[in-house]
Amino acid sequence: MNSKLKEFLARFQSVAALLLMVIALILTPQVSGTFLSEENLLNVLRQISVNVCLSIGMTLVILSGGIDLSVGSVLAFSGAVAAGLLKSGVALPFFGVQVQFTVFGAIIAGLLVGTGLGWFNGLVITRFRVPPFVATLGMLSIARGLTQLWTQGIPITGLGPEFGSIGTGHLLGIPMPVCISAVLVGVFILVTRKTRLGRYLYAVGGNERAAQLSGLNLRRIKVTVYALSGALAGAAGLLLTARLDSATPNAGIGYELDSIAAVVIGGTSLSGGRGSVLGSVLGCLIIGVLNNGLVLLEVSPFWQQVIKGFVILAAVALDKASSKEE
Amino acid sequence: MSTSGTEAEVILEARGISKSFPGIKALDEASLTVRRGRLHALLGENGAGKSTLMNILAGVFPPDSGEIWLEGDPVSFRNPREAREAGIAIIFQELNLISHLSIAQNIFLGREPLMRSGLIDDARMNREASEWLRRLKLEVDPSSPVSNLRVGQQQVIEAAKALSMQARIIIMDEPTSAITAQEVAVLFDLIRQLKREGVAIIYITHKLDELPIIADDFTVMRDGCCVGSRAAQAATHDEIVRMMVGRDLSEMYARSPTQPREEILRAEGLRLRHPKRTGDFLVKDVSFHLRRGEVLGIFGLMGAGRTELLETLFGLHPKRSSGSIVMEGNPVWFRSPREAIDAGVALAPEDRKHGGLVLSLGVAANTSLACLSQMGRLGFLNARHEATLADGYVKRLRIKTPSINQFTRNLSGGNQQKVVLAKWLATQPKVLLLDEPTRGIDINAKKEIYTLMDELAAAGLGVVFVSSELPEILAVSDRILVMSEGRKTAEFERADANEENLMKAALPQTPL
Repeated sequence: MNSKLKEFLARFQSVAALLLMVIALILTPQVSGTFLSEENLLNVLRQISVNVCLSIGMTLVILSGGIDLSVGSVLAFSGAVAAGLLKSGVALPFFGVQVQFTVFGAIIAGLLVGTGLGWFNGLVITRFRVPPFVATLGMLSIARGLTQLWTQGIPITGLGPEFGSIGTGHLLGIPMPVCISAVLVGVFILVTRKTRLGRYLYAVGGNERAAQLSGLNLRRIKVTVYALSGALAGAAGLLLTARLDSATPNAGIGYELDSIAAVVIGGTSLSGGRGSVLGSVLGCLIIGVLNNGLVLLEVSPFWQQVIKGFVILAAVALDKASSKEE
Repeated sequence: MSTSGTEAEVILEARGISKSFPGIKALDEASLTVRRGRLHALLGENGAGKSTLMNILAGVFPPDSGEIWLEGDPVSFRNPREAREAGIAIIFQELNLISHLSIAQNIFLGREPLMRSGLIDDARMNREASEWLRRLKLEVDPSSPVSNLRVGQQQVIEAAKALSMQARIIIMDEPTSAITAQEVAVLFDLIRQLKREGVAIIYITHKLDELPIIADDFTVMRDGCCVGSRAAQAATHDEIVRMMVGRDLSEMYARSPTQPREEILRAEGLRLRHPKRTGDFLVKDVSFHLRRGEVLGIFGLMGAGRTELLETLFGLHPKRSSGSIVMEGNPVWFRSPREAIDAGVALAPEDRKHGGLVLSLGVAANTSLACLSQMGRLGFLNARHEATLADGYVKRLRIKTPSINQFTRNLSGGNQQKVVLAKWLATQPKVLLLDEPTRGIDINAKKEIYTLMDELAAAGLGVVFVSSELPEILAVSDRILVMSEGRKTAEFERADANEENLMKAALPQTPL
């Protein structure tokens, strides 16, 4: 147990230190009361839950040596599809019927849409050998366009309290989005550490050729990982849509950058093979605390961006300095 | 010719150099004296501290203690640039050339001659480059890309780069480990030329038979110490080996007498198409068979198609290959490495860092990688299962590692190679394909790998052993197949094979 703790500290020392530093900087007397209130802390967790979902998927993709730039758009389209189906169902002219969706059905549809787009990313990358950066850049545009088409450029709102409870409800006093993202974090920590798929990700990202020679099915692994990233983006889309009670065509623009930032701050190597889901969660926390604290300190939003950028740079520099690699 | 023995002027002296890394003392009071115009060979097993010492001389990192004297003055380098400016250049085993830049651009990288406008003076750069190339007797166009050159020619470019920076000491790290016999001859001519120019060369090698040809002095390192320095003529091969390992050469190679058993694998007419040049083949109609309990050596120069032959067999190029394979009496054809592994074929690839190991994973994770599906149920991994597997191989192969979770990046070459073998043995193979398993590892580790091959053959495996080193392939194999330019050119029983007929069959037939 002791050695486990040591290992944990060794792996996450720089991220954890940064988190403490960020908190310390924010805890000026004016805001410490507000910041440390239970309500505010839960609020921070609720705010980061969307990014946590995205960052889990992004971690998997980056561990395998790829990148997924499409998550923000996939999030928007999944949320919009779920919202649209819930609100007005779908017309099947051929059968002459209008199919209505339950909340459960709409959620499943949203997740399936995310998974499908991610799967398509994986297919383009493996079958047509398009580099991940380009393939998912294409999807970033495709999924955004599909969202605009689906919504006709108008937000879909009024989704009802049942669906809304995913975003605004509570379980044992903890906001629902926090519970959902926490469960996902737990599941994917297990996946990365204790399953074959997890090991495959590290192997493929660490040395693709060695992985191939060891009999790993690279194609299947990569398609799976992009499909998972899409599914998690879908989940993030549902959380966001439910919390806002609105699926807007512009939802999630730029979110891919926030999640890449969280993953990188969390110590995952952009060249693949090294990193962890837990690190990325800490990365999300740092970004979340920073955003929240700067708002409480009434720092101008323009400066907030500048500061956030420097924190990303500091995190990676700190990690490089503390790791013993040349 | 170089001036004789001790009269030549000392150009570089390292005194009492020590250096520790976390957990290991890499250098312990090592000393080295290098003279102008002479080649000083640096010998020793991997992990003996040769590379560490060279890295210190080249300014890659500083020593913990000790002094470096260059032409009578103490020096200390804070980075490789300072060492280069002082006249010490290092040519790494993995050459540091940028393949899509031209020869001249590589030679003058970072020091491009400029015109008054501040733009690069290409004409002058090419002119000066071709002068350097002429001095080193390489007839190539300096404006052509480096990627067109063979490895041996690229070494000449590295030397030209070093000379153009006024290097007076050139360190070469195992320059002959990756080049063909003809290229070795070119390299040795280059070395003679450099010596005539008064350049001192420090030459790291594992190949003792090179010493009489090019070396003037040598130093043997062991466990971070320099155990002895002498003039090259004054020592015999066996003596040097004894200095390196503290034991006799005759113990090195051992192959138990074997009874050939039934055939386990037969390959007929294996072909592999060239990925780019249509109509060209990398493997051309190669047929062979392998028996249980047999070590089949495959000899050939670099580029003879040996690696490609093994890869074809292993199902790595399903779209470009053809032929037929019979394994244990059944026709098979592997369309992926997975199918080959499941059928009981294992391939430990040529370059352990490139294809053998995931360096960012630990010993245990690498060991289990090719048989992960047996490490638990329903997609989960059983950590205890995996630890048992890894522990077993760490003990059996005597892998030196602080723990089974140690990153393989941190192991020495020989131990990395053992992890590669552990991974493949863990798949319980019937046929084991070993591609250059002893390249770049120390003598002790080599011996352990020979012994292991012997044991595995005795246990009934069919072993295919690819090597480009004649003494070891002659010592270890029961039968030897020779390849040249993608074809099988000869096959010998052990009794009929010798260095001469193997080499003759391996040399390409140059069309007139």
